[in-house]
Amino acid sequence: MAQYLALTYTADVDWWAPEQAEELAEYRRFGVEFAEQVKASAVLHPTSTATVVRVEGARGGPVVTTDGPYAETKEALTGYYLIEAEDLEEAVRVAAEIPAAWGGAVEVRPVIVAK
Amino acid sequence: MNERYDAVAETIRIEGTRILATLIRTVGNVQLAEDAVQEAALAALGAWPVTGVPPEPRAWLTVTARRKAIDIIRREQSRGAKERDGADLIELTKREVETEAVVQDDLLRLIFTCCHPSLSPPTRVALALRTLCGLSPAQIAGVLLTTEVATTKRLVRARQKIAAARIPYRVPAEAELPERLPAVCAVIHSLYTAGHAPAEGEAAYDVDLCAEAIRLAELLHSLLPDQPTPTAVLALLLLTEARRPARVDDSGEVVTLDLQDRSLWDQDLIDRGVALLNDSLERSERQADAYQLQAAIAAEHARVPSYTATDWREIVRLYDLLVEVSPSPAAELARVVAIAETGDVDTALKLLDEIPPSSRKHAVRAELLARTSRYAEAVAELDQALAGAPLDHPERAHRERRRALFDAKATMNA
Repeated sequence: MAQYLALTYTADVDWWAPEQAEELAEYRRFGVEFAEQVKASAVLHPTSTATVVRVEGARGGPVVTTDGPYAETKEALTGYYLIEAEDLEEAVRVAAEIPAAWGGAVEVRPVIVAK
Repeated sequence: MNERYDAVAETIRIEGTRILATLIRTVGNVQLAEDAVQEAALAALGAWPVTGVPPEPRAWLTVTARRKAIDIIRREQSRGAKERDGADLIELTKREVETEAVVQDDLLRLIFTCCHPSLSPPTRVALALRTLCGLSPAQIAGVLLTTEVATTKRLVRARQKIAAARIPYRVPAEAELPERLPAVCAVIHSLYTAGHAPAEGEAAYDVDLCAEAIRLAELLHSLLPDQPTPTAVLALLLLTEARRPARVDDSGEVVTLDLQDRSLWDQDLIDRGVALLNDSLERSERQADAYQLQAAIAAEHARVPSYTATDWREIVRLYDLLVEVSPSPAAELARVVAIAETGDVDTALKLLDEIPPSSRKHAVRAELLARTSRYAEAVAELDQALAGAPLDHPERAHRERRRALFDAKATMNA
């Protein structure tokens, strides 16, 4: 078995806002249906709440924080699912069921597993 | 001895490619199969120049490669690597040597398998050409119009992704075939192109590659007879192949289209190619694709009895469409040549300036300049064409002869 991180990219919305309730329910349905394959997941607050942290020079150097996401993109990183699958084809089949796949895009990345 | 060694190496190269396809299917792991075939090839290279090539080289290589694969699996198991399990071993020890027909079928299936939708289209093609057809990165770069460095990088990245993301090497189900068809067609067409105009070596043809490509195209067409694209690919390959007897003279030099003896063209292949092209065009409702247009151009040349009888306006029209559907420097150059043949050399020269430099572009420019009696400039262009192409370029002798001719005319004019 291998693990894949499925990163969801969608409109940069506040998932707790009442108008998102219906869509959020779809995500929950996905989570229930694929509970066996989904090992972890998270929904993120909008990118306006993001803070980027950098340490200048080396470890222990001055901490510099900036407001906003690391990368400004049209569709924002809004959540992730850690999926366990036999191979990429199975991971893609699962990822295709995440509502973000038709509302935006899902990036599937293999996770390095310590040997 | 050297010649003998070369012949042995050539046999190993050809047979190695064929057995690789079978072995990949048996072990279900590209890397393992490649390693095993390589070890078997090394063993053959050590033994055959001394013992002579065995009566059935493919069977010898298959048996040896399978044994090497078992060795590799055992070596890894003893090291504690769990990646390849014992099931591979059982499968390997019980399999019989494959017959020719199965191997061919295997190859086409594996090309479909290799053309995985999780890889970018050019990567699918490069990977299949490298892994399954045995082309070198330089040859692949030649047909895909890129550099050897870029091709090698692309292949390395592809292998890393296949391993890290676990892209399964699984034969696709029938429903998955259409999605993979464009890349499979590109693989077969590229394979033929690599054989038809080899980037390396002196031969103007690699007969084995061309024959292999045609066999695959036939197979694909018979597998999907209703699909217009594989039909067009087969048409294009046959129409190109029809000219082969006239394309190279007795001394092995390339003969350009205007000087080819058309009585040597294979009329049976032409008839079949034209019929397939018509069939393909009837089946496609959309705009003609690049294969159909190239086949149509070849068919238009085949239709007329001589170079002077060519309907250049029709050829230009087809190239206009081709450049629109699938722009490439090669298609644009050919279009410029066709425009010049309609008599409009000035327009052709102007259009040539917009095409990126290449040795072929210099050679074309030289011919156009010579038509307007600018011989000294033509000589300079040919110097650039000769300097920009490798010493064993198949058209070198032809270009040197043209240079000598233009040089003499320039001196006469001066």
